[in-house]
Amino acid sequence: MSKNNIKKEKSSFIDKLTNKLFDPKIRYMSSGKNRNRWVQYILILAALITVITTFGIVYILVSDSVMFFKEISVIDFLFGKVWNPLIGPNKSYGVLPLVMGTLYITFGAALIALPLGLGSAIYLSEYASPRFKKIIKPILEILAGVPTVVYGYFALTFITPNILKPLFPQAGTFNALSASIAVGIMILPMVVSLSEDALNAVPSQIREGAYGLGSTRFEVATRVMLPASLSGILSSFILAISRAIGETMIVAIAAGMRPQLTSSFLKPIQTMTSYIVQVSLGDTPVGSLDYYTIFAVGLLLFLMTLSLNLVSHIILRKYREVYE
Amino acid sequence: MNRLKRRKMLDKIFKYIFLGFIFAGILVLFVLLFDVFRDGFKMMDWEFFTRYDSRFPERAGIKAGLFGTIYVIGLMIPITFVVGTATAIYLEEYAPINWITETIRLNVANLAGVPSIIYGMLGLGILVRTLALGRSVLAGALTLSLLVLPVVIVSAQEALKSVPSSLRRASYGMGANHWQTVSKVVLPAALPSIITGFILAISRAIGETAPLIMMGALTFVMFIPQGIMDSFTVMPIQIFNWTSLPKTEYHYVAAAGSTVLLIMLFILNGIATFIRYKYEVKY
Repeated sequence: MSKNNIKKEKSSFIDKLTNKLFDPKIRYMSSGKNRNRWVQYILILAALITVITTFGIVYILVSDSVMFFKEISVIDFLFGKVWNPLIGPNKSYGVLPLVMGTLYITFGAALIALPLGLGSAIYLSEYASPRFKKIIKPILEILAGVPTVVYGYFALTFITPNILKPLFPQAGTFNALSASIAVGIMILPMVVSLSEDALNAVPSQIREGAYGLGSTRFEVATRVMLPASLSGILSSFILAISRAIGETMIVAIAAGMRPQLTSSFLKPIQTMTSYIVQVSLGDTPVGSLDYYTIFAVGLLLFLMTLSLNLVSHIILRKYREVYE
Repeated sequence: MNRLKRRKMLDKIFKYIFLGFIFAGILVLFVLLFDVFRDGFKMMDWEFFTRYDSRFPERAGIKAGLFGTIYVIGLMIPITFVVGTATAIYLEEYAPINWITETIRLNVANLAGVPSIIYGMLGLGILVRTLALGRSVLAGALTLSLLVLPVVIVSAQEALKSVPSSLRRASYGMGANHWQTVSKVVLPAALPSIITGFILAISRAIGETAPLIMMGALTFVMFIPQGIMDSFTVMPIQIFNWTSLPKTEYHYVAAAGSTVLLIMLFILNGIATFIRYKYEVKY
């Protein structure tokens, strides 16, 4: 008797869960054939894979970082000014040089990509003819599709020797500036297309109203369209910055592999991502402290990009102007 | 009157500044392509495709990377397509509006923003070590698959959203049940845009380097993988390796490799654009 009761409760729990996962109306429409039930379970299984992926990422980063933080205190890691985990007797695990290197690259890239991207987006949405757009947008898409190794190659063999060296003779073969220029070019198409989407989302009555009051196109763009689409544009900026922080190959190829706190853009630096690549290219034994460093650095990188992505999401959600 | 002139002037000036920004981006693209192709075609001949890597730049070839890329991407395509489309169908056609669905959506959006090298760490930790797949073609394909899944899901969702609900209602009206409607009406209507988005995601996967280096793909390979459990290299890794070698001649080899990679991506982009213009129906 009691066994039966438990069974009943269990099945009602499953029923509740299924009602949470599938629209009851749809379940009603799907009733009849058994195959429909199976289709639903297969679909939910596929959707679960993305959830499992997130848990997998968090699990791997946290569990291996814990092994690292057993030996090195979090404070020494976060605020130490020397990063020398691999060579010599004076090993040191202060991540600041890597974080600064990453911020250098990101800052330089943002300086190039954000104004250029926003300007291009304004031109495409406010000035350009449909025909011009039809030709230009696929070309910008090509720029977005160039693999990052190729950008890295371009930075090392073209930007540094042909552009930077004539301007700044003291620039090294590997330097932060050429890598950050290349990263800026890489994220440019993303800024253009996301900002343009944001501008296009503003209803055209608002634009036409401003024209009706006698505004020039520039005034419409900067005083009406820009404020109206600010949340979308800001969120596109943040997503692009987050992409620049996570960029790996350009930096690994062109920025050098020297973790140092420097005030010069012309010197080699190392970012968090390029450190991870450096270690994984060498033959670091699994389970050594050197091996766990990459997971601690990876965790920090993950937290930085995740918080930026969430901020961008919140801005888009909270401050979006809603039009009828 | 003076003020009006100034406003109009400002408008003109900024028009050309913004136009200049666009052309700056395009100029960079052409300089990049010109630079890569010029150096690349110097080294490229038929032998470049049939030789393995070498310690001498003039004898280095891309055969191992080319076949590695084809194997990994070939294995990855069916996995990603099925899982990505199924997830999008679930989110758009089956899921009710509640916090679980909202969480899955937010999760997909966040996964799209995770740096690719982190996916490499996931591949190394879970696939290579815990599941003991080794540094194999299979592990590489699954890593790349997880990496592009968020992009595939979002673009498939957009494709499904663009199918008007009048089609669905008509199908129900004819007595079809939900799955019949989804599989025989909605999915065929959305398929061209799903495929377009999918091809663009695949071309992104072909160019990915960092996650595969991270999960332990090799850099210097003298063989073609014989099965899905073999170790491998891919073209971008070979290009990276050649670029980071000190000998300048290797830079030309890297350019030749980049040329092959870029041409491959252009062809894929061309196919995607073709499908978009030819088969996509605007409702």
